[in-house]
Amino acid sequence: MEKRDFHVIAETGIHARPATLLVQTASKFSSDINLEYKGKSVNLKSIMGVMSLGVGQGADVTISADGADEKDAIDAVAETMKKEGLSE
Amino acid sequence: MSEQLKGIAASDGIAIAKAYRLVEPDLSFNKQAVDDTENETKRLETAISKSNDELQIIRDKAKEALGEEEAQVFDAHMMILADPEFTGAVKQKIVDEKVNAEAALDEVSSQFVSMFEAMTDNKYMQERAADVRDVTKRIMSHLLGVELPNPALIDKEVIIVAKDLTPSDTAQLNKNFVKAFVTDLGGRTAHSAIMARSLEIPAIVGSENITTEATEDEMIIVDGINGDIILDPTDAEIAEYQEKAKAFAAQKAEWNKLKNEATVTADGKHYTIAANIGTPKDLTGVLDNGAEAIGLYRTEFLYMDSAELPSEDDQFQAYKTVLESMGDKPVVVRTMDIGGDKHLPYLPLPEEMNPFLGYRAIRISLDRQEIFRTQLRALLRASVHGKLQIMFPMIATLPEFRQAKAIFEEEKAKLVAEGTPVSDDIQTGIMIEIPAAAVLADQFAKEVDFFSIGTNDLIQYTMAADRGNEHVSYLYQPYNPSILRLVKNVIDAAHKEGKWTGMCGEAAGDSIMAPLLLGMGLDEYSMSATSVLRVRSLMKRLSTADMKVLADKAMTEMTTNDEVAEMVKKATNQ
Repeated sequence: MEKRDFHVIAETGIHARPATLLVQTASKFSSDINLEYKGKSVNLKSIMGVMSLGVGQGADVTISADGADEKDAIDAVAETMKKEGLSE
Repeated sequence: MSEQLKGIAASDGIAIAKAYRLVEPDLSFNKQAVDDTENETKRLETAISKSNDELQIIRDKAKEALGEEEAQVFDAHMMILADPEFTGAVKQKIVDEKVNAEAALDEVSSQFVSMFEAMTDNKYMQERAADVRDVTKRIMSHLLGVELPNPALIDKEVIIVAKDLTPSDTAQLNKNFVKAFVTDLGGRTAHSAIMARSLEIPAIVGSENITTEATEDEMIIVDGINGDIILDPTDAEIAEYQEKAKAFAAQKAEWNKLKNEATVTADGKHYTIAANIGTPKDLTGVLDNGAEAIGLYRTEFLYMDSAELPSEDDQFQAYKTVLESMGDKPVVVRTMDIGGDKHLPYLPLPEEMNPFLGYRAIRISLDRQEIFRTQLRALLRASVHGKLQIMFPMIATLPEFRQAKAIFEEEKAKLVAEGTPVSDDIQTGIMIEIPAAAVLADQFAKEVDFFSIGTNDLIQYTMAADRGNEHVSYLYQPYNPSILRLVKNVIDAAHKEGKWTGMCGEAAGDSIMAPLLLGMGLDEYSMSATSVLRVRSLMKRLSTADMKVLADKAMTEMTTNDEVAEMVKKATNQ
């Protein structure tokens, strides 16, 4: 299993367009990918799951991937997080 | 045998085409216990896959016909459809609780909808609740084997038949194929009516029962001039209306010759005919119809068409576009008129017993000053790009105007201090919609630069009759001598102080009201762009001196709305 921590810097947190792109990225991989925030974990391939977390600016989240392509998945997710200005 | 219906004529013109029912089918179901959950899960999967195929087609068609932006909503729908937490939960429920797919879907969907709707501080999530509802309906329709209307897929000429049309409904319509609207609900000022006028297609609203009377693909004639609807017309009726449509087109062509002419009466007096707009998109109609100004720019559409409060820059761009397009012609911008029947999903307002008498327009602006100041700054910055005039809606008292004006001056001073160029010649005026302001017009006239009379509200407040309530719609009496006297009082008060008065309600373009207003000396007439040439043509054959006699007679000798209408019709050969 691959795990990585992110500090959310985007003013609007993880929602709207960035959330959509994050889910799209995650959906490309076969690994199980989860987003954890405040002790609650959701499927990163689920737009409704991600949005229901209500991740705001300044939040610390953990993303984990478990499966055959877990390493690539985490890298791609981190790339999207950075590209969309969600984290540094 | 043909069938006749009557509604409120909301947009001129005649259309003959087949009905397209934009009406939701019955999606009710019974909750049932199932033994074969495997089969039930398959039913769900089939419905989901059919929904997905359908959305794919709709998305492509919508992109082609309406553009990428309008098509994006369907991407969001497909994403929900593919969401493992959503569809997974439905499947889980079927297996765990041994219930039918319809019941499982409904329950899971309701949970998500209420979860999103509960996030009242997050308008984006609240909108997603609507997406979940839409997707649920689509899956449900496939489970039940009924068909949802898909307006984005319309590819032949149709007349849209609906209970009411929302902005999101109209956004999905391909304007090339929609020949007319007919709705059960609404008045001349409903969104669907305004939309129809800006698209220049005929519309009839408030028909009460078109959705129960018209069947899919049934031939319909819509006469948007008189408010007549004929279902399943005879050949003779179709021929008759084809003639009428031709005559209407010919008259329009005749009016069109006046496009580049000033509005001058038979005795050589010049008046300004202006147009009302809601968004910069309406400018084409304004220019095509030769309006001499914009008498009402309804800025609330900037707020209503947005998912959040529009930023100063977004507003600035819109105002700049309008001012630049109009060049040296005046543009009267009305500050935000939210409340009443206009709501913003991201600006929750308290539930009120009487919203039209409640927290709306300038009352919100003076209370939520950050919103008001943003709008004023955007306007001030845009002011150097044309001839800007600003008016405040729903002013009841002088202190309200003074406070609004003071905030305007403060923001202006701030911008000047920051070195931002602003025009030094911005007139500020008020809407006259509240009888208190109309009565005290002489005092207001000393402080404002102009008045603009909003007839719909002025009539509803003077008559104490809700304009959206069909049971009291007989009290919408623009020619009632009481209303005429109020209007005259306002015009005279302005003229006494060397100020001008316009009218930006529906009445300004009305062929009975316009002659009376001419007689009272109204300076500016602002109306739907499509009415401009008709009224210009009417004014050309009227003499102000004759109309003054007529207006005086209406105000002193007539006793009812109908008497006045009758007299004007006769005197002006209509």
